[in-house]
Amino acid sequence: MLPRIARLRQKSLEAQPSISIERALLETKFYQENYGKHSLPVLRALVFKDLCTHKSIYLGADELIVGERGPCPGAVPTFPELTCHSVEDLHVLNTRPMTSYQVQEEDILTYAREVIPYWQGRSMRERVFAQVPDEWRRAYEAGLFTEFMEQRAPGHTALDGTIYHEGLLDRKARIQEHLQRLDYRNDPLASDRAEQLKAMDIACDAAIIFAERHADLAWAKAKDEADPARKQELLRIAEVCRHVPAHAPRDFWEALQMYWFVHLGTITELNGWDAMTPGHLDQHLAPFYEQGLVQKTLTREQAKELLSCLWIKINNHPAPPKVGVTAKESGTYNDFTNINLGGVKPDSSDGVSEVSYLILEIIDELALLQPQASVHISQKTPGAFLKAAAQVIAKGYGYPALFNTDTVVLEQLRVGKTVEDAREGGCSGCIETGAFGKEAYILTGYLNVPKILELALNNGQDQLTGIQVGPRTGDARNWTSFEELYVAFTQQLTWVVDLKIRVNNYIERMYAMYSPAPFLSVVIHDCIEKGLDYYNGGPRYNTNYIQCCGIGTITDSLSAIKTHIFDSGALGMDQLLVALNNNFQGHEVLRLKLWNKTPFFGNDDDLADDLMKRVYESLFQAIDGQPNTKGTSYHLNMLSTTCHVYFGKMLGASANGRPSGQPLSDGTSPSHGADRNGPTAVVKSLSKMDQVKSGGTLLNQRFLPDILQSDQDLDKLCQLVRTYFRLGGHHIQFNVVDTKTLRQAQERPEEYRNLLVRVAGYSDFFVDLDLDHQEEIIARTAQEMT
Amino acid sequence: MSVTEPLAGNIFAIKRYALHDGPDLRVTIFFKGCPLSCLWCHNPEGLNFGKEILTQVDRCVGCGACQASCPTGALSQGPHWRDHVRCTVCGICAQVCPALAHECIGQTLTVAQVMAEIAKEAPFFEGTSGGVTFSGGEPLAQPDFLLALLRACGQRGWHRAVDTSAWVSWEIFQKILKVTDIFLIDLKHMDACEHKKLTGVDNVIILDNARRLAHSGAKIYFRMPLIPGLNDQSTNLEHTAEFILSLPIAPSIDLLPYHGTAKNKYMKLGRDYPGENLHTADHKAISQAAALFQRRGLTVRIGG
Repeated sequence: MLPRIARLRQKSLEAQPSISIERALLETKFYQENYGKHSLPVLRALVFKDLCTHKSIYLGADELIVGERGPCPGAVPTFPELTCHSVEDLHVLNTRPMTSYQVQEEDILTYAREVIPYWQGRSMRERVFAQVPDEWRRAYEAGLFTEFMEQRAPGHTALDGTIYHEGLLDRKARIQEHLQRLDYRNDPLASDRAEQLKAMDIACDAAIIFAERHADLAWAKAKDEADPARKQELLRIAEVCRHVPAHAPRDFWEALQMYWFVHLGTITELNGWDAMTPGHLDQHLAPFYEQGLVQKTLTREQAKELLSCLWIKINNHPAPPKVGVTAKESGTYNDFTNINLGGVKPDSSDGVSEVSYLILEIIDELALLQPQASVHISQKTPGAFLKAAAQVIAKGYGYPALFNTDTVVLEQLRVGKTVEDAREGGCSGCIETGAFGKEAYILTGYLNVPKILELALNNGQDQLTGIQVGPRTGDARNWTSFEELYVAFTQQLTWVVDLKIRVNNYIERMYAMYSPAPFLSVVIHDCIEKGLDYYNGGPRYNTNYIQCCGIGTITDSLSAIKTHIFDSGALGMDQLLVALNNNFQGHEVLRLKLWNKTPFFGNDDDLADDLMKRVYESLFQAIDGQPNTKGTSYHLNMLSTTCHVYFGKMLGASANGRPSGQPLSDGTSPSHGADRNGPTAVVKSLSKMDQVKSGGTLLNQRFLPDILQSDQDLDKLCQLVRTYFRLGGHHIQFNVVDTKTLRQAQERPEEYRNLLVRVAGYSDFFVDLDLDHQEEIIARTAQEMT
Repeated sequence: MSVTEPLAGNIFAIKRYALHDGPDLRVTIFFKGCPLSCLWCHNPEGLNFGKEILTQVDRCVGCGACQASCPTGALSQGPHWRDHVRCTVCGICAQVCPALAHECIGQTLTVAQVMAEIAKEAPFFEGTSGGVTFSGGEPLAQPDFLLALLRACGQRGWHRAVDTSAWVSWEIFQKILKVTDIFLIDLKHMDACEHKKLTGVDNVIILDNARRLAHSGAKIYFRMPLIPGLNDQSTNLEHTAEFILSLPIAPSIDLLPYHGTAKNKYMKLGRDYPGENLHTADHKAISQAAALFQRRGLTVRIGG
């Protein structure tokens, strides 16, 4: 590692996450003085401009790529217009047992005086919760689903390659063109479009001002710099910041800085879910890299150094902290910037280049929490690239995750995207599929699928509280066939999905009306052309996802009920319900029978896998094609991130022998300990799910290091992956650690600070996870065969 | 067995995602029963030709289901005290046990049933040298069944490996030679007397078969379980190397360092562990042995 990178990396690792109240103060003041004077899009753009003009800027020693969201590395602003932290929240964040966000006492007092009073009753969160129906609230509180937009703005945004060919000044020209073209006579929305376009224009100015300020700072620092080499660098930084983002980048350095300014712009404007990601960064950078080598203005080492600087910049940016119970319980800092490597180019040729390999080297050398890397494997991807990825996987960082380009493309074709847009798409956040640079693909929340079965078994009542949450779909004790049970399940499912969508559509309109994102809209295709905001149907494609959790748990539970009650008749429904309601207390033999003598998902056993297919199809029928607010529709994806732990706490004992409170199965993985035939059987079971009908699935596999040592071992891992992908799998990822190491890390966390594990669609430091998640990772079946 | 009944054999395990039984990803079919009795055998459940019940005491929850359902009263003394005289190995105790404490080892499967299991794994063979490994026990001890399986696999284009002690008559080898892609053969000791002490049989037939196989053009992976103090003396290693070098094949050897994990299995089967006094091969001994073979020009792999 180059000394500069080693120093920057160290600084990034040591940066204590902290809360900066600067954004909140500037914004509150601006709203106080200006609310009501402008249209909302223009107000939002002016707020953004005010932030870009006045926020503290930072240019640290050694840096080549510049800019921070807060005043220094690790500092993260708050977004009171969406959700306003209370004094208690700030105290909790400062003192919670998991690594905390530092907040100065003095800042808490200022926040209480200047910020909180203004936003009371005005924040998006409060306005949303004031409006939701009681039925929704009961279901939400029972843990049937989560709502993504209660703390953060809709996000999951990735870029295509356009920003490398078009500067913001070019975009301003396009905006003006479209302003001129507005047809006030025939288009009833023309004046709305005009306000939106004016807002976008202001947002471009704002980002350029932000860059210019960095150029000025670099210039000023250069003047005082004694070291001639650093002086040159600072002058170069100033030149780069004068050029981008106003103009299209001319070389590799400018391309990276261009992306970084756009990234910072979007995460300063709002706190959209999963920050922002560059998309297929290797494909975007390859032309600049090759041009630099040919013109002898760039060496491989220099390119690596600059890329490493970007990596460290992303790592400097923890996620915006949550409020309420999430502030207490969520230990993650990850802002989910997920960089795609490999895949195919829009013209269908292989996307792997020297830059792809360079990035794999950086991932391996820097071993940072962020950004996450996803390696996309198509039929055209060379074996050498997959092998190079496998070598990094074997190190045990939990990344890169592997994605199947061919399935990702098919998923998008199915929902009507052009083949070029689909190929330029990929996965962001965890595993969510989208057309990069052209789509708002909004995750709306997780769905607790096993809880829906629980409602069916209890005639709509919550097994844990006895509260009537769902419709009365019949007394389970009267059912004489599995079909009757299944009908009740689908009735509950339709009810809950309908309820979720109704409220979600309402929230989305709130965002479209009150919290437009003019800067984000500038960089996503068709927002300028349509004169519509990113949240208001501006992008070329608009998708809503509902993320379904616990397919393993529900499949196994249905299988247990079918096997023991309806097929063999050995067990009565009443007996089962009594055992479940007592959390198997006094019914351990029954629990063992359910757990050990039932065909479970993940064993390549059609008895269980057919039930999985049936549940998946029911989820698809309930969700896919439901109308959203933008004239397009909802789709499902199969992702739990960390929500299977929360949902598990909200779920009573289940018929698969799982005690109350234990986590659900994660992603599309089998239930913990249910897969007993090894990873090939897991992969076969998963491949029976028609994954093309989803917006992504997630399969976790834990491997011990000793089966990934030799070159042949890695070849075998690659063969496993290739086969899964040939069979239609969307994603697979590997945790390469042994149980002993994980236990040691629990005992002596200080020695294992750098132990990265795959949590869901991302890796996190094991010691930063709470005990439940740590136990859950340990419980995931280790493929320990020799 | 009458002629109308389909050909069947006794199988004690089918292991998918087998990483160490031949090239690439494999599924390994374990045949029950072996004529040898190696001190270190790590698959003791594959030694006997008949079915057996394996009991894991630590899993028992004391529900009494096995005792209540045992038709011969073989468990009348308690769930862990099997009266082997009374027990007919009917397997009912294993069927009813909710805790998987009793497990029936060995089942009679037809060729079609085994082929259906292999077919599940077949997608992983595509475009690689992965395939099926027949192991045991001793697969050649059920020659007709093995031959039928090898032929059926051949028809589907699946790669076939046979993991054998080679202690069988050459006539049997002659039959399966043409339908096998790779033989995995253990060279346990080069000295006939020592071999007999360690495995119960001498090595004359084994070495003779190995020679004939090599001369007939068969592909062989030689493997050697490395048991400290028993077969890792440099003279034995030298003789092993010489033997391999004398054959018309690319010289290589897989060293399989002894580990004591099988001890537990003997306990569960209610048997004494003959390898009680064996020592695990340490890292140094393994690398010394590997170095010796490498000096003699063999390609060495550790762990198969």
